[in-house]
Amino acid sequence: MIRIDQVTKRYADGTVAVDRLSLDIPDRAITVLVGPSGCGKTTTLRMINRMVEPSEGTILLDGADIRDQPVNTLRRSMGYVIQNAGLFQHRTILDNIATVPRLLGWSKPKARERAAELMGRVGLDTALAKRYPYQLSGGQQQRVGVARALAADPPVLLMDEPFSAVDPIVRKGLQDELLRIQDELGKTIVFVTHDIDEAIKLGTMVAVLRTGGHLAQYAPPAELLTAPADAFVEDFLGADRGIRRLSFFPSAGLELRTEPVVAMDAPAARLTAPADVPYLLVVDTDGRPLGWGAPDDLTAGAIDPARLLNHGRPFTPGRDSLRTALDGAVLSPTGWAVAVDDEGRATGVVSQQVIGEAIRTAHAAGREDVTAAR
Amino acid sequence: MNLSRFFDIPSDLQHSYAGLIGLHLREALIPVLAGLLLALPLAQLCVRFKWVYPPLFGITTVLYAIPSLAFFVVLIDYTGLSETTVMIPLAVYSLVVLVPAIVDGVRSVPQETLAAATALGLGPVRRYLQVQLPIAVPAIIAGLRVATVSSVSLVSVGMLIGNQGALGNLLNDAQIYHRPELAVNSVVTTALLAVVLDAVLVGVRMLLTPWMPKESTAR
Repeated sequence: MIRIDQVTKRYADGTVAVDRLSLDIPDRAITVLVGPSGCGKTTTLRMINRMVEPSEGTILLDGADIRDQPVNTLRRSMGYVIQNAGLFQHRTILDNIATVPRLLGWSKPKARERAAELMGRVGLDTALAKRYPYQLSGGQQQRVGVARALAADPPVLLMDEPFSAVDPIVRKGLQDELLRIQDELGKTIVFVTHDIDEAIKLGTMVAVLRTGGHLAQYAPPAELLTAPADAFVEDFLGADRGIRRLSFFPSAGLELRTEPVVAMDAPAARLTAPADVPYLLVVDTDGRPLGWGAPDDLTAGAIDPARLLNHGRPFTPGRDSLRTALDGAVLSPTGWAVAVDDEGRATGVVSQQVIGEAIRTAHAAGREDVTAAR
Repeated sequence: MNLSRFFDIPSDLQHSYAGLIGLHLREALIPVLAGLLLALPLAQLCVRFKWVYPPLFGITTVLYAIPSLAFFVVLIDYTGLSETTVMIPLAVYSLVVLVPAIVDGVRSVPQETLAAATALGLGPVRRYLQVQLPIAVPAIIAGLRVATVSSVSLVSVGMLIGNQGALGNLLNDAQIYHRPELAVNSVVTTALLAVVLDAVLVGVRMLLTPWMPKESTAR
């Protein structure tokens, strides 16, 4: 565990970047430091590997003061990923990744072998090994940055706004990749960002800092969305935090209705809707949803898929959250969301009303959880 | 002009044509090398301590403004009518060109690259030798090209102090012996030397920087 204890950073001109900050950063989890510019988040991160020395207070790594070991030994035990990757432009991708193993005295072949292995782990084609950084896209460079940080298998990974300079689609890919890698490796990650959505998506714990280096709130993301500590945090979280909070509620418990689901070659007898369901969901011969149709419009045995209404984006119970389920229901013109299994076959439909009840139940339970956690 | 005696070097120069070229190269390149060896630590000093650069830059610029003849007059008292007297001013001129080139080159290393190097555990010496210097190579070689070409042309002035101007001495002999082809030889050979050395430096740059984007290699 990394324990930041009453740490203050004051610069020579009197500016206080971080003000008596205390944080316990848990092992094998992603802790996100988030806040507006000037809140001291990067300064805090850089105090952990001593690129910035605190004016007051101590930082403990597994109980020992980080100043107890030589500074470069400390740094080599902590991976570091920076905005724009900060790759060594004069070295090949492979040699960039092999930097820390080489510093630790590994032989060149062994370091390069390890580097090639890491390229695979971060989703880079090993054909890029002999290329130079300028030949890679921004997203690929950032993957190299992550691989370089992981090369010597450090227990701690420090990430300073690593994904903020790439476009949103690439960023989402990198975030998903990081979560996948974290599932496999279980590093202690400290992640700095100014993007609250990124913080909520990635963080096991989120520390919201305000300008002047004060800690505003330190909580798991769901608690942050449910019970922001003050007006600053609430404002920083932005609009629709109620909707966003639904991401933390599973859709597994939703009661699905199967009788409105009919195959496209269904006989006339099947083409009647239950009293409380105005439309039928038509599926193809593999069971994949095609769209909604009014029972009167459907011709038995020869349903024309072109005449059906869009069914919105389906959700997968167990994998997707209530937010995705609600989104599917809102997007569907009938107000019903379509549930599918992992192969995309329809497993049932669920109405906005049922989702709404599930949300109310989850909220009630969630509030108890949050209160209990305090 | 008698072109058939183009390569017929007067005996007072005590060198063959090839010998003059060798002498010229030595007098031109040793100062550039000395300038580079002095410029590297000076530039590093300027990068580490920002306040050093403006006064140092001022001093070297003033030195650059001193004509080589004035340098010779002062130096003759100490080093006599020797090659050294020719090479010292040339080394100073190289220094003036190289210090800013290296400083700019080292400063052109992106902040996040340096921060990443520090964070990965490279100490100041490794950062300089393994990151800053290699990335500054294109700027350093650009400076070396200017210094080398100007050094090659300036060696000729050494003719004025006891025939220490290598190929430049041909200019003097052209006048004494009324042989204009020797003047043409001097000018053409000096220019060719400059062009060839410049091409060699471009080649060295291309060998050393396979990591540069291809579209910007054509300078």
